[in-house]
This record gives sequence, C-alpha cells and structure tokens, in this order.
Amino acid sequence: MIQFLALVRRDLLIFFGNRKAVMVSIVVPIVLASFFGYLFGGRRGEAATSKVSLLAIDQDGSDISRGLIAQLATESTLSIKPESLETARELVRKGKATAALVIPKDFGRDAGQALFGSSAKPEIEVLYDPSHNVEVSMVKGLLSGAVMQTVSKEMFSGPAGREMVNDSIARLIDDSQMPAEDRRALRNLLGGVRDWNERLQSPQNGASQQRLSGGLRMPYSTREEAITSGRNIEYNGYAHSFAGMGVQFILFMGLDVGIALLTLRQTGLWQRLRAAPLSRTMLLGSRTLSAALIAGLILFVLFAFARLVFGVHVRGSLPGLIGVCAAFSLMTAAFGLMIAALGETVDTTRGYSIMATLFMVMLGGAWVPTFVFPAWLQKAAMFVPTRWAIEGMDGMTWRGLGLSSALAPIGVLMLFTLLFGIIAVLRFRWHVD
Amino acid sequence: MLEVKKLAKRYGQLTAVDGISFNAGRGQTIGLLGPNGAGKTTTVSIVAGLLQPDSGEVLIDGAKVTSDTDPVKLKIGLVPQDMALYEELSARDNLTFFAALYSLAGAKARSAIDEALKLVGLLDRASYKVSTFSGGMKRRLNLAGALLHDPEILLLDEPTVGVDPQSRNAIFDNLETLKKRGKTLIYTTHYMEEAERLCDRIVIIDHGKIVANDTLQGLHKLLPISNVLAVELDQPDRLKTQQIMELPHVETAELKQGVLRVGVHNLSGDAPGLLRWLSDNGHTYHHVSSEQPDLETVFLTLTGRSLRDSS
Repeated sequence: MIQFLALVRRDLLIFFGNRKAVMVSIVVPIVLASFFGYLFGGRRGEAATSKVSLLAIDQDGSDISRGLIAQLATESTLSIKPESLETARELVRKGKATAALVIPKDFGRDAGQALFGSSAKPEIEVLYDPSHNVEVSMVKGLLSGAVMQTVSKEMFSGPAGREMVNDSIARLIDDSQMPAEDRRALRNLLGGVRDWNERLQSPQNGASQQRLSGGLRMPYSTREEAITSGRNIEYNGYAHSFAGMGVQFILFMGLDVGIALLTLRQTGLWQRLRAAPLSRTMLLGSRTLSAALIAGLILFVLFAFARLVFGVHVRGSLPGLIGVCAAFSLMTAAFGLMIAALGETVDTTRGYSIMATLFMVMLGGAWVPTFVFPAWLQKAAMFVPTRWAIEGMDGMTWRGLGLSSALAPIGVLMLFTLLFGIIAVLRFRWHVD
Repeated sequence: MLEVKKLAKRYGQLTAVDGISFNAGRGQTIGLLGPNGAGKTTTVSIVAGLLQPDSGEVLIDGAKVTSDTDPVKLKIGLVPQDMALYEELSARDNLTFFAALYSLAGAKARSAIDEALKLVGLLDRASYKVSTFSGGMKRRLNLAGALLHDPEILLLDEPTVGVDPQSRNAIFDNLETLKKRGKTLIYTTHYMEEAERLCDRIVIIDHGKIVANDTLQGLHKLLPISNVLAVELDQPDRLKTQQIMELPHVETAELKQGVLRVGVHNLSGDAPGLLRWLSDNGHTYHHVSSEQPDLETVFLTLTGRSLRDSS
C-alpha cells in the first residue's frame, strides 16, 4: 500500500508542481468553454446575436420598392441600408456585407400585376457572400414575407395599386387566350379588389383603413418553448460548452499521460521502478488512478466554476453526473495507458494520438452538437466514447435527467475503459529497451 | 553472493551478451570494463531483473529472481546510467519516493534518507529541487537513490558519466566507503582509471563476450610486455607504426596525439636501439618517458583495438 500511494502521490505532486500543466488543464478549458458558451447563446438572451448586414439597390423607386425596404428594416435580425450596385458588389465581395438585394426597375408594377397571375414575375437579384449560406436562406425567407405584405398592401389600399387593378381588368378584357369563364371570374375578383381599394381611400372608412394598412400577413404565428429540465427553466449554453471543453482537455491530459509513460520507459527512472519489487498491476494501476484523480479534479473545478460564474445547475442527478465524470476519467486514464502501450517513438505516437484525440473530440460532439452530423456519422458516433461522456454530462446538467439515464453512458464508458485497459496490459512492453 | 552463469541475450541478429559468467563475493568490487556497446549495460540489466536473458541465470545468495515482487530484489540496488531522478521534485522528495518503492516510510525512511544524503554530501541541499543541481550533484543523488533500502549488492552502470573530476572523486570516495561497509559493487565503465582504482577483479568484455576476468595484477601478467616507452615526436605524421612493429623486441606500438608508445620486455636493453633507429631515420623527438602498461594496453593486447577508439 505504501508503494501504491507513493506512486499516486508522486504523479499528483509532479502534475500540480507544473504550473504550466495546471494552467493548460484547468484555466484554458475554462476560458474556451466560457467563450464558446457565450457564442452559442450562453444564458438565454445574454449574447445579443449580430444582425445580418443587407444592402438594398432600389432601381425601381416606386412606393412598393420603398415600402419593401422599409418593411425589411423592421426585422430585428436584419440591418439594411441603401447602396449603389457597384459599391454593393464590392462590399459583399470583401465580406463587409452578407448580401445585397437588387430591386429592378418596374418591380412595383410587375409584382402587382403578377400577384393575380396576369403578368410575368419580376426578379429580385440576391448577391451574396458564399460563406454565409445559412444567413442568405434566412434573408430569402424574410424577403418573401415582406414582398407579399408590401405588394398586397399597395394592391388593396394604395393609389398605385388601384391603377394597377384597373389596368389588369382592362388587359383581361383583351385577353382572348383565357377561357371566358375564367376571365369573368377573375374580372369579378379584381373588381372586388378595386371596390375595396376605393372604399379604403374614402375618408369615412378610417377603421377599415387601419385594419388593412399592413397588407396581407401570414395567417398564423408561432410560440416557441425550449424543453429543458422543467417549465420556466431556461437553457444554459454554458452547460454544454463546459462539458465539451472539459472532455476535450481531459482527453489531451490522458494523451500526455501516455506520452509521459512512453518517455519514462526510455529513462533511468523506469529502470529504477522496474528494479524495485513492484508488480506490473501496481505500476499501471497507480498511474491509472492518479490520471483519473487529476481528470476528476479538473472536471470538478470546471463544473464548479460554471456553477458559480454562469449559473450552470445540475438539474438532473448529481450522483449520475459524478458517475459519468468518474467513468470518463477512468476511460481517459486507460486511453493514455493504451497510447503508451501501442506507441513506438514519442514523436510518431504524439502525432497519431493527437489525431485520434481530435477525432474523438469532434465525433463526440464537443465542438458542435452531434445532431448537425449526417445520419451515418451520428450512427458512427455511437462508437466514440466522448459522445457518451458529453451526452451523459448534458443529461445530468441542463436536460435534468435522472440517475437511470446516466447508467448507459457510465456503462459504455466503463466498457471502453476495460477495452483500452486490456489492450494496454497485453501490449505494454515491460522490459527495458 | 552473486553468481552470473552463462548469460546470453540476442536482439534479432545482434548478440548483445554471449555466455557471460562471473562471481562476486561479499564486499568485492567487480569492474565490467569494455567499450560502449560491449554488453555491459545489458548484463547489468539482466542482473537487476530488467531484462530476461535468452539463456543463463543469475543467482543472488543462491536464489533466482522469480517475479516482479520477489523479495530477492531487495538485495539489489541499481544506479542506472541515465539519471533516474525527478527534476521537478526536491532531493528529499525524490528519495522519499524511492524509499517508498521499497516499503520504507516514516522514521525509518527519514533515517535512511538522511544517511544516504550525508554519505553523498547533499544533506544541506535536501530541500532543493533537483533541477537546480549540477551534473555532479545529480550523479551523487542518483547513487543515494539506490542506497535507501540498504541493498547488499549495488549495480553501478557508468555512474560517473559526464561529471567533472571533483565530483568523480567524490563518487569514488562514496563507493570506497560503501565497499568498506561490506557492499558488493558491480561497476561498469569504459574508463580504465576507474576500474584500476576501484575494482578487486576486472571483467573485460568485448562484443558481448568476456575476453579476460582477473585481478589487476593478474591482467598485467597476461601482457607480453612489461614496460612502455613513450616518445613525444616532433613530426609524428612522418612515422608509420608498422615500421616500429618490424623492429626487433617490439611487442606493441601505438601512435596517438604525437606520442609514440612502444611496448617492450626489457626497457633498459631495448630502449637505446629504438631511440637510435628513430634518430637514424630522421624522426626527432623532444621528450622520452617510460610507463607501466595499463588496462588500455591490456585491452589493446587482448582485442587488437584501443578501448577508447572502440568507445
């Protein structure tokens, strides 16, 4: 027992005696987790999302085109300003603006006529920065709503709209290609629109004017509710970022344990250890325990910091979280030993293990949640231990799941611990080189 | 105390140790002398239990080391060639850890640590981090680390590599003290002066094989020469040693760093003729002296190679 405790104590002394190692293992993940947590929403409403920068080139200058720009300007997610075509192209190319909308000449007239299918649809050109595909999709969605609202408003209540309706009715009379029945029905519809428009122009009809001043609107609205650990408990993005960064940096710590053991094998210290009456179980077991203790301590400090500074609560089972953290810490230690067992030279082993670690971190969802992965990759991630660790930690913190939900992650992590441990024991080269 | 019997160890095509046998009694110091790569460290590693031999055996007081935790290992203290210290820990923390590896703790460990530090002259530096130590101090602490459990056999693998002469002397003094205390020392080196100063018996190893195993006096008797004439030449580049070897009564000839060393049986009888030949053939010299043949000469005689050239 004296020997075992001395081996563990030595590892802890060396780790905590190295300020740089402690900094990298504790302070850096805290900083990165805080940063990513803030970027991905932080505590609800904490991080104001930046607006999409949009430029408008109005070549029409009609009431409708001006109204469209004014309508887009009311969107809280957009920042829109008028610009010339050449300048707009240059700004988008340089990444200073996300997209530019070119509203062509006669857009107002053509859009009004196209609304009732009597004319070709005008085209709004969208110039966009290809690195902002997601934002451009959002802009197109908002543009559709704004165009519908602006054009319909003008058609139903504006003077230009009334002229366009009259014009459409006149052209409809001359349209010999449309069946007579359809022509009559459409003329009646447009006539109704004209009557409505004229009625709204009348000063006696203020109430109706108010009612339709916004044009056609979406006939529904949505109400969102984030499903977290309970009603009125808001999602805290820091919970996931601290879990993700904790997992990443502890894996790197495990990698260091493996590399250190590999390096140790080439030193006199390894000869001294092997010359002493120590069993192999004790040598590897003590290193597993010390690495797991360090990993557990790092996770504790990270979650304690997240709790104190960012209000990350353990909404689920605390024993479950402790279990997941302990299982992940043991898995990391076994991973380190496996690296030491399989490694040949320090340099090549370091390269391969960094690659393996980054894959595990990436596929485990520490950087981005696994739901953004394609289906096959999500299935593949089931075989990555970090995915289970992060899922377990998320489950016990912001998802508020019970102890039973921690059992699967704990079980899978322990299976990986066993697998890595067996490989380490079988492949470890005990004799000095 | 220690019996090494017909040890052999191969790495693929390379035979690192080839049938090495020797014995060491209580209080004896055995020197394993040979150039780098001769098989000294492999032999020590097998004796310490770090390596399994392909054949042969090592007996300590008649018992073999049968497992990692065999109590027989308590009789051995290893001073590895590479520094076996934690630079980031203090000298005392290092020794506390090494003591614990042999289940020493508390007052017993403190006493052993103080005694070891005192022996190597580092008691006043016990609380300093090893990273602040000089190379010589580290070597002495490296030695102290092997003494804590009071082993009967000390395996010292080139314990003076890279240290200054002062520290080397300090280590020699420590080893002589240990020898007086009855410890058995197995000392590997490729420095003949060290082997000559410390060892009761010297085992000369080359290419994994023992080429001689005797006392210093016994090894000298193996030599075909009794004296060496050393001549410092003015223009050593003009002389070929082969020319000297062809002269009568010359047993060995070596020319290094401007000094011609010629081994002869009868110094007073053979030296005048040799010096005359040098003068007659235009090889002027500015200093002449005589030397007793050393282990370098023994190695040269037995292997046909210089010890230092080989290393």
